[in-house]
Order: sequence, then structure tokens, then C-alpha cells
Amino acid sequence: MNAKRIWSWFVVAISAFYFIMPLVATFEFSMRMRRGEYSFDAYRSVLSDQQFASTFGYSVGMALITIVMNSLLIVPTAYWVRLRMPQLRPVIEFVTLLPLVIPSIVVVFGYLRLYNSSSFLPFTNSDTGTNILLVFGFMEMSLPYMYRSVDTAMRTIDVNVLTEAAESLGAKWHTILFRCIFPNVLTGVLSGAFISFAIAVGEFTMPSLLNRPAFGPYLALIGANKAYEPPALAIIAFAMTWISIILINITTRLQKGAAGAR
Amino acid sequence: MAVAQPLIDRRTITNWIGVAPFALFAILFLIAPTVYLIRGAFLTPEGDLTLSNIASLFESNILAAFSISVKVSAASAIGGAVIGFALAAAISIGGLPQWVRNAVLTFCGVASNFAGVPLAFAFLATLGRLGLVTIVLRDVFGVNLYATGFNLLSFIGLTITYMYFQIPLMVLIVTPAIDGLKREWSEAASILGATTWQYWRLVVIPILWPSVFGTLLLLFANAFGAVATAVALTGSSLNIVPIVLFAQIRGDVLHNANLGYAIAFGMVVITGISNFIYIWLRMRAERWQK
Repeated sequence: MNAKRIWSWFVVAISAFYFIMPLVATFEFSMRMRRGEYSFDAYRSVLSDQQFASTFGYSVGMALITIVMNSLLIVPTAYWVRLRMPQLRPVIEFVTLLPLVIPSIVVVFGYLRLYNSSSFLPFTNSDTGTNILLVFGFMEMSLPYMYRSVDTAMRTIDVNVLTEAAESLGAKWHTILFRCIFPNVLTGVLSGAFISFAIAVGEFTMPSLLNRPAFGPYLALIGANKAYEPPALAIIAFAMTWISIILINITTRLQKGAAGAR
Repeated sequence: MAVAQPLIDRRTITNWIGVAPFALFAILFLIAPTVYLIRGAFLTPEGDLTLSNIASLFESNILAAFSISVKVSAASAIGGAVIGFALAAAISIGGLPQWVRNAVLTFCGVASNFAGVPLAFAFLATLGRLGLVTIVLRDVFGVNLYATGFNLLSFIGLTITYMYFQIPLMVLIVTPAIDGLKREWSEAASILGATTWQYWRLVVIPILWPSVFGTLLLLFANAFGAVATAVALTGSSLNIVPIVLFAQIRGDVLHNANLGYAIAFGMVVITGISNFIYIWLRMRAERWQK
């Protein structure tokens, strides 16, 4: 064993300690609820909380709407830009990077000022309006990831040839878009969708400032008021992140497989 | 040239109609809100042009918030970049078995997404007053962490917490760049009689610095905009920019909406500068990854 490998093992070991320690500690803390012995009481308490179910359900619902809206906006746009407006690509790419530059707290501050009850688009006047605004906010936050994964998937197919072939067979535009383009970029849509889902379900700032009963603000509320439930929730959140990352990995592998077979 | 072409033909119009929904979305929900705030940063409440909002950013309490935010972001970005680079180098060219590399990369994918409120909970359970590490240090090693002046709700605590998502992000972005170092380069260097140190100084560092420095800036911007972890971890006890802005939006604590706009403007300027340098360096770095 040479010096380089000893050094490498050393770095990995130190990092592993730093990364695993909080998980162990969180798990240990979450089981301390019953005095003197370890138990899963905190998990039972979390899962039986009415608010846990309702806020989580609300966030999942909003996330699913975000995914559908995202697909309907991003896929046709990416397709159209590749087909007809390739000169616009740098501009679109720049715009899709902007959500990484502008913190979401700034964007939602703008929403609150621009779309309040006295404005030309009074989204925040009603609950439904605020929900719609929140969906647009989630779409804004997931734009960089969604656009990139759809556009990458589109790179592996030739949109021009597919469109011409479909047109010469007499297909209308919606047939081309939904039965020809969509299925071909489905893996890209899916991997973007998982990221959008994770963002929408865990997001704290936007729903909190828009006063919506979402999962993120609920987590913060529990954190401020309870002792043993927060670590239990952290473990649950970590497990959910694992699952979505595994799903993303599976879909990107499928995508690579599809690209390789072509 | 016989038939006069109309100035805009139908095809051009359909072309633009195709991107109209996206343009509308981007303007309404991304560009207009930001421009509105930036404009507001330069206006008085009555609507006259002014620089006084920007000037009040330099008042002591707001300047202090910006300064501690910049410090936490910079410290967690530098710490994340250094450790992340060491880890990336270890799994890429350190001669470790393949499974270690796969395990580290998969874990980094998860940990870089494990942020927000749950991350704060995890660190409270680890290094909080009743956290496992705090208790083990006290009972087993006899070290009372909190008596040494350590506090999770402070600069050092926030930095340690942020590094939990900063290190993995660095690993994920820099590993491909280190993988891109061609074996021929190190062989050529050693044939020409270069020492390891010379190889690193004259070949590796010049090639990798745009990736490393660029990612450092990305990490900085990433930490600077992080609201949820900070709010959940510290409540409002630590005076950093996202928390000040959050409190201002919640209840006009600064008693001047336009000062809130100016803070938002300041945040966009700081994250904007670091992101644009990141993108520029990224383009430079990609020349070597072809």
C-alpha cells in the first residue's frame, strides 16, 4: 500500500465519519422519546398527526400539478426551439439558468408585491389563486433542472426527421407532439419530474411566505415546538430523498440505454 | 424581386407564437418580479428616484447581516471545496476500489439534495445541546463542548451544517473534471523527469483551477440563498441576510418596504456575480473535458 492510497482511505474515512455521524445521531435522538429506553414512539406520533397527513398530501398534490404543468410548458418549448428557432437557444438557456442566480426568497417577495390584491393579476386574493401562484413558483424553481433534462433527452432524437416523417403521414400538430415527441423524451421528463417533485415537497420559503399549509412550513413549525418528532421527520425526509435519487438514477440509466441502442 | 414580401411572413409569426407561452411564463414569474424589486430598490415610497435605500444597506445592522452571510457562505464554500476536492481526488485517482467510488458518488447525490429544514433537525440532534456528539463528548471524553464557547446557532455551527450539502455538490461537479485528467499527461510528465509536485503545479492545477474555482463560486451562491436551513436552525437568533429579508417580508420589521427591496437587490447582485463568473469559468474548463 503506497502513500497515495493511505491518504485516499484517510480522506474517505474522515468524510464518511462526518456524513454518517449526523444520521446516526438523528436516528438515536428520534428514538429517545420514551424515558430510559429506545422506542419508535416519535415516528408513531409523527405518522398519526393529522397535520402531517394533510400538509404532506397538500404538498404532494401541488408537486404533481407542478410536474404536469412543467411537462406541458417545457416539452413543447424545447421541441419548438429545436425545430424552428435554433437561434433562440442561447437566450432560452440563459433564462433557464436565472432561477439559480435569483434566490427563491427574492422571487417570492416579488410575487407578493406584484400580485397582491390591488394589482392587475390579484393571485393572492383567494386560496385558489395563491395555490396557482405557488405552482408557478415551483415551476420557476425547477426550471433549470426540468429544461436541462428534457433538452438532453431531445438531443438524442432528431426532431426534424421525426416531425417530417409524422407530417408526411398526415399527423396533426397534437399527434406529433403527444404521440411522437413526448414518448421519445419521456425519460428526460421523468428525471426532471423527480427533481421538481423533491423541490416542491420540501420547499419551505415559498409556501411559508405565501401562507399555504404545505409540508415545509409544517416541518419548521414542528421543529419550533417539539423535541423528538423533528429528528424522526428528518429520518423520514432522508429516506424519501434516497428513494427519489434511486428513481432518478434508474431513469437516467434507461435514458442512456435508449441513447446507446439508437 | 417581382413580388413584394410582407415585412413579417406567416411562418415567422407562428415561430414566435410557439415560444410565446414560455416567454409569458418567464416574464410573469421570473423576470417581472425581480425587475420590480430592483426598480423598487431605487425608489422612495412615494415613487421618486433615490439612492438612499442602497445607502441604508451600509447601515450597521444590515451591513452586519450581509457580512456574516458572506462569511458563512464563504467559509462553507471554501471548506466544502477543499474537502470535496480531496474526496473527489481520492475516489477518482486515489487507487481505491470501484465500490468505494460508487458508494461515495451515490451518497453525494442524496446528501446534496438533503437540505432545508430536515438538515437543521439532523444537526440539532447531533451537535445541539442534547445532541449525540455533544453528550458523547461530555460523558465519555469529558469535554463540555458548549463550555468551550461552541454554539450550533452561530457562525461556526452554520458553517459545519452547510458543509453537509456543500461537500457532496463539490464532489459531484469536480469528479468528472478530475476523471478528465488524461493518463498520458502524468506519464509524459514523469518521462520528462517531473516530480509529483511539479506535475501537480504545472499540469493539474492549471487545468483544474477553472472547475475548482468556478464550483467554489457556485457553492458560495448556493449557501448565500439558503433560507430554510438557517431559519429552522436558528429561529431568528442569527442575523443573516436571508433571515432579515424573511422577517421583513413576514412583517415589515424594517418599517420601509423599499429597504426590503434594496436587500433583495443586494442578494441578487452577490449571487449574480458569483454565478456569472461560475458559468464563464465552466465554459473555460469544458475545453479540457472534450
